[in-house]
Amino acid sequence: MEITLALIVHGILTGGVYGLLAMGLSLQIGVCRVLNITHGEFVMLGACLTFTFSQLGINPLLAPAIIGPLMFGLGFLLQTTLYKSLKARAPSPAAFEGNALLAAFGLMYIIMYLSRFEWGNWLLPTQYLTDKVAFPGINLQLNQIIGFAVAAALGIAVYLFLNRSRLGRAIRATAEDPATAGLMGVNTNMILAFCFGLGALLAGVAGTLVSMKTQVSTGIGFNNTVIALIVVTLGGLGSVPGSFIAGIMIGIVTMLVAGLWEPVLTVPVYYGMLMVLLLARPTGLLGKR
Amino acid sequence: MDLITRLFGNRKWLLVGLFVLLVAFVATFPLYGGAKVRVLITMLVYAILAVSWALFSGTTGYMSLAPAAFFGLGIYSVALLQDYLPFHIIVVVGGLLSFVFALLVGLVTLRLKGIYFTIFTFGLVIFIGNAINYMETRAFTRHGWYFIAQDRTMLLYTMLGLAVVTVLAVYFIRRSRLGLAMQSIGGNEEAAEHMGINTTMVKVLTFAISSIFMGAAGAVVAPSLIYSNAGIAFSPTYSFIPILGAVFGGMGTLYGPVVGGLVFGFLEKTLRAQWATYFMLGFGVIMVVVILFLPNGIAGLVPMLQSKLGGVIRKLRKGGQAEQHANT
Repeated sequence: MEITLALIVHGILTGGVYGLLAMGLSLQIGVCRVLNITHGEFVMLGACLTFTFSQLGINPLLAPAIIGPLMFGLGFLLQTTLYKSLKARAPSPAAFEGNALLAAFGLMYIIMYLSRFEWGNWLLPTQYLTDKVAFPGINLQLNQIIGFAVAAALGIAVYLFLNRSRLGRAIRATAEDPATAGLMGVNTNMILAFCFGLGALLAGVAGTLVSMKTQVSTGIGFNNTVIALIVVTLGGLGSVPGSFIAGIMIGIVTMLVAGLWEPVLTVPVYYGMLMVLLLARPTGLLGKR
Repeated sequence: MDLITRLFGNRKWLLVGLFVLLVAFVATFPLYGGAKVRVLITMLVYAILAVSWALFSGTTGYMSLAPAAFFGLGIYSVALLQDYLPFHIIVVVGGLLSFVFALLVGLVTLRLKGIYFTIFTFGLVIFIGNAINYMETRAFTRHGWYFIAQDRTMLLYTMLGLAVVTVLAVYFIRRSRLGLAMQSIGGNEEAAEHMGINTTMVKVLTFAISSIFMGAAGAVVAPSLIYSNAGIAFSPTYSFIPILGAVFGGMGTLYGPVVGGLVFGFLEKTLRAQWATYFMLGFGVIMVVVILFLPNGIAGLVPMLQSKLGGVIRKLRKGGQAEQHANT
């Protein structure tokens, strides 16, 4: 029983970071309509940059202050150049989704192999704040708690931003109906670029959090894309609370399956969950029809 | 001059001629190619994968990331049946297994639209790979499979036969009512439905047909792998290869993916060993550039060049005639 409880706590803490991973992707898919296979590569960039900055003497906790804007700029640039012109050329929204996915494939390889020049293909020692936290019965590290706290804070901030601010309202309007939003005076191109940038920023910060907990390498991108994709789909595209809840769910399930049953089976189990959910409710837990 | 215009003017026969030449080249290759036969086999596999992927995803617009599932199924049918059945029958069985499996998958998933379908198919590959891995290591305590060695030349000819069958099948499907229905789904699914096309049936059927060739290709590749396990057989790479090949070559045509698959296979086998990083980097760049500027792939360059060249040739001919007129 105690083990189960410990696993659940671990799951929730890991799940928070998963939620952060997914929030960015959720914005990119829900608003920009880009199935961004590159998302995990942004996480990897964030993680590897954290390593470089820590080598330069910058505290990993402060690294997001530099990585965030950097990633935001990169995402912004991608949307305003690549995806915008793809959208202009595509004959239909469905055609755009297909082409954007294929372009994202190309980008995935570009980012992955470019970063190999800088960071090679081996594990970088990036763990930070590995102090034990005194907690009865559970082995926790400080970085897990900080990771969850940062993820939760960012999640709440993004949620409030989307639901309360003027810009947030414009984003939601664009997600729902770009044409009408444009007619109402929303600069949809700017909104899309902003959302893509925000998604990349969140991915970069998530990368820093991941790097604090485990060793990272340039190869971690794809796995993070997979996790983010599952969490986003489970939670419903475009729904921030959905992403967060699904992230925590996946975190708990991962830990329980790995701890009590069989580590090999974590991936099949959450893909099984995903498939059942897709068939029963294709829009995810909190997604709109 | 006359010959050139006629050749460029009648592209169909030019393509048929090139296809026959290509087949003849592959068929005679073992006479002088030696160990390079392996490169050729890989090229053919990639071409088959790209063509069959483009048959479904290129025309209907449903991006399937499931090729690896069917390819892996082909590899596994060899692993499981090689002691009981002759090789060529296993290849057919692999194709049929993939067909049945794709039919089942298609029936449940093809009502998902767009992005959801892509995510599901992608999940399928990883799900199957991991599930089989678990069953093997825990239930049967078995770590992978060794394949009975087969003659390399025989494998090449089998693969060539499969490639020819694939290309011919895709050619006829594209020209049939089914092909037209697929294209109208790709254009506008709702409109296609209103025209009386049973869209679900068309999608499921073509999805299943395209997977036959992937499964069979996996079965032919299996012996040259020597050893395989769930991780190798169901590696997501096999889902990406057909996409890379088809996009690079151009998805809209039949010969585009063939060319793209062949070129991609050749480049990978010859360059990747030494230039791994630059190779994939370059391919990423090419992929983005192709999607941005050449929506019809490198195959789209041919009509473009042709119209330009044709114009030049016509001008030359006209000029020549004018000169003749002037001389007389």
